[in-house]
Amino acid sequence: MNFDLLLASAITLSVPLVLAALGGAIHRRAGIVNIGLEGHMILGALIGAVVSGISGNWALGALAGFIAGGFSGLLMNVIITRLKGNEIIVGLGYNIVMFGVIGYVLRAAFGVSGTLQFEGLQRMPKIDIPVIADIPVLGALVSGKDPLFWLCIVLVPFLAWALKATTWGVRLRATGASEAASASLGLRTLGIRDGAGIVAGALAALGGVALSLGTVGLFNENMTAGRGFVALAAFYFGRSRPLPTALACLLFGFFDALQIRLQTVGGFSPDIISTLPYIAVVVVLAFTGIRQSRRGARALS
Amino acid sequence: MSTSSTPAPLASPDPAAASCRIGARGISRSFGPVQANVDVMLTVRPATVHAIVGENGAGKSTLMRMLYGLDHPDSGTVVIDDEEVVLSGPRAAIERRIGLVQQELAIIPELSLLENLVLGDEPAHLGRVDWKAARTRADELAASVGIEIDWNADAARTSIAIQQQVEILRLVYRGADVLILDEPTAVLAPAQADELLRLLSSLREAGRTVIFISHKLDEVLHIADRITILRSGRTIAEIERGEVDRAGLAAYIVGDSEVPHSEITRGTPGEVVLRIEGVSADDDRGIPRVDGVSLELRSGEIVGVAAVAGNGQEELAESLIGIRAVSGGTIRLGDDDISSRSVRARRRAGMRYVSADRKHEGLALTLSLTDNSIATPGLTSLARAGWLRRGAVAERVSSVLGRAAVRFGSASDPASSLSGGNQQRVVLGRETSGDTRVLIASQPTRGVDVKGIGYIHDLLRRARDEGAAIILFSEELDELRELSDRIVVLHRGRISGEVDGSSSRAEIGALMLGEHHGDAAS
Repeated sequence: MNFDLLLASAITLSVPLVLAALGGAIHRRAGIVNIGLEGHMILGALIGAVVSGISGNWALGALAGFIAGGFSGLLMNVIITRLKGNEIIVGLGYNIVMFGVIGYVLRAAFGVSGTLQFEGLQRMPKIDIPVIADIPVLGALVSGKDPLFWLCIVLVPFLAWALKATTWGVRLRATGASEAASASLGLRTLGIRDGAGIVAGALAALGGVALSLGTVGLFNENMTAGRGFVALAAFYFGRSRPLPTALACLLFGFFDALQIRLQTVGGFSPDIISTLPYIAVVVVLAFTGIRQSRRGARALS
Repeated sequence: MSTSSTPAPLASPDPAAASCRIGARGISRSFGPVQANVDVMLTVRPATVHAIVGENGAGKSTLMRMLYGLDHPDSGTVVIDDEEVVLSGPRAAIERRIGLVQQELAIIPELSLLENLVLGDEPAHLGRVDWKAARTRADELAASVGIEIDWNADAARTSIAIQQQVEILRLVYRGADVLILDEPTAVLAPAQADELLRLLSSLREAGRTVIFISHKLDEVLHIADRITILRSGRTIAEIERGEVDRAGLAAYIVGDSEVPHSEITRGTPGEVVLRIEGVSADDDRGIPRVDGVSLELRSGEIVGVAAVAGNGQEELAESLIGIRAVSGGTIRLGDDDISSRSVRARRRAGMRYVSADRKHEGLALTLSLTDNSIATPGLTSLARAGWLRRGAVAERVSSVLGRAAVRFGSASDPASSLSGGNQQRVVLGRETSGDTRVLIASQPTRGVDVKGIGYIHDLLRRARDEGAAIILFSEELDELRELSDRIVVLHRGRISGEVDGSSSRAEIGALMLGEHHGDAAS
């Protein structure tokens, strides 16, 4: 098995996860668990594919997906904050509605079911870095990646810094930790949460763009395949801090890449192998749970 | 979210010129059938400390909430600087330089103390917080009132006393000139309360106005320039400093109704029921808090535990009932080692617990009084084949509520409908009913008014006389001295001494600060 290929594919597969998980992490820090990441992702994937397909410009597609995701995030968040919906129920319902609407739009507007392809769709470019590309491991890590990979590289430290050093970050964390106390200090907690919801929706939608305009260059209504929920697990594991969250995504991305490799090796049932990343998620979550219960160990029984 | 200004200087129209910096003119406020405030009058002069006293449910907190714009009078008005005003909300109050510290502190545990101080009004440039400027300002503030604060500490890791100081400084930071404090000393140890009172004095010297609510009459008489007494939502009197003594003040508070006055009786210790042998325990963060405590409890006695907050008393109480695992040592009930038994098993064996955290561990506030009265492992005796027998339930409920003389409307009302003192009586009624061998009572009178305290003391004495071994954790030294047959003092998780129940405050206080004076003090 070629390790460099495995590594390169792990990183490529991690990018959508990192984007969605960072969005979820920000929303979580503002006090809301975003169960709707999956829905935002699939919307971003569709809008990205459609706009890139029509305009022939990947950047326009990505931008459109990003903006659509922001609106989507705002809509879902408003239902939670202003209409006082339960975040879990709203998130789950939101996903179901989103997938239903998208399935309908595919049939009604494009006359296809499942997969949507555009002749003129422009995929994201791969940025090859000369010299470094030939270095083992390092080349696989950073060369031949799309622009959204580099966005992740910038976003992780930026968000970590912004949470600590900006008024936005301090107020966001305060709101998430204690809404009542923050409101009593005159913070506009609903507005802060709406803002975080927009960030979550927009970043998750960019994750969707990374799927549809990345390797394949088409839209499929099953293409997120639960990645929104894997992202949920990632920021839970990373306790909503940007770097650990991104590292958790890398871990899940690695298992996804491994699964794809093992499919080609043969010898195992492909159906069982394809469950590998999800089993990894369950194992990691169990580990997180044990760690946290140790931390807060209090009860004997 | 973009406004970030430095606190404004004192407003130009001299606030000292006003005879009433803040007050109430004929304020009434009802919640359904309950009249919380009836025609309340209040006049707080500038640069004074003004105390508001009254029983639980006398309407003090409601009045404070209206002065801060969190609630609005049905009739009557709030007065600020001799002017009748309508406060639309806390923002309006903040603009008029009024700040409120509620009983539930608005300190955010996940943030550092510095972040807490500046939150919402951060010194910033283009959205980027200037932490250096924030720190300088924080140090100036602390120095101006003569305290020291480790600003980089996580709020979650600091004591409630420090959190409270930060919250008060935050109001000053935001330019507040009137500070309203709702029972600030209820959760403080004596030494911490003294420090808070000094802080309030220095705020007064700096020309600020302080309103504070307290049940502790001694500190009220000690610091207040003026005292307003509320009873059943009405203003009973406004008294100048020195016009009244402790007994007089107590009489104003309870009015004609009788102050339950029980004579001090001591227990008759029988055989040893609970043996605590070298018990150690850690707190939630894994820091050792209880360090090799050994103690024997006998039936029919009350053993008081005195300690400054944070010296392991909470952890000890929790490990006795089994909410917290011990990290060393054994606990024996009779001859059985129960150190690793579950809470359920311990309760079945006759151990009972009154939590210091009444709202979360003592009661389920949203459930009915009925549910709260019967919610114990002994519940099964009220059931046949898993079905609760109505008659048996009703009988148990009336015995629990009757035992504690709880004042309630209907047993199907939620526990939250009762005042704090009555809530605590429900807990004590439940925990002292039935066959109680050991009662672990942690801060049973915290936040309870004078009259309620009397009832709770009676319940404890009664349980003792019925043969229970009681270990009483309290931050009120007078309470410990009044109830305990002997008092053990904890300091940094160890027993620093054991003294007779009638020992002097000074003697106990010295032990609380860790001053051993001869090992055999008892």
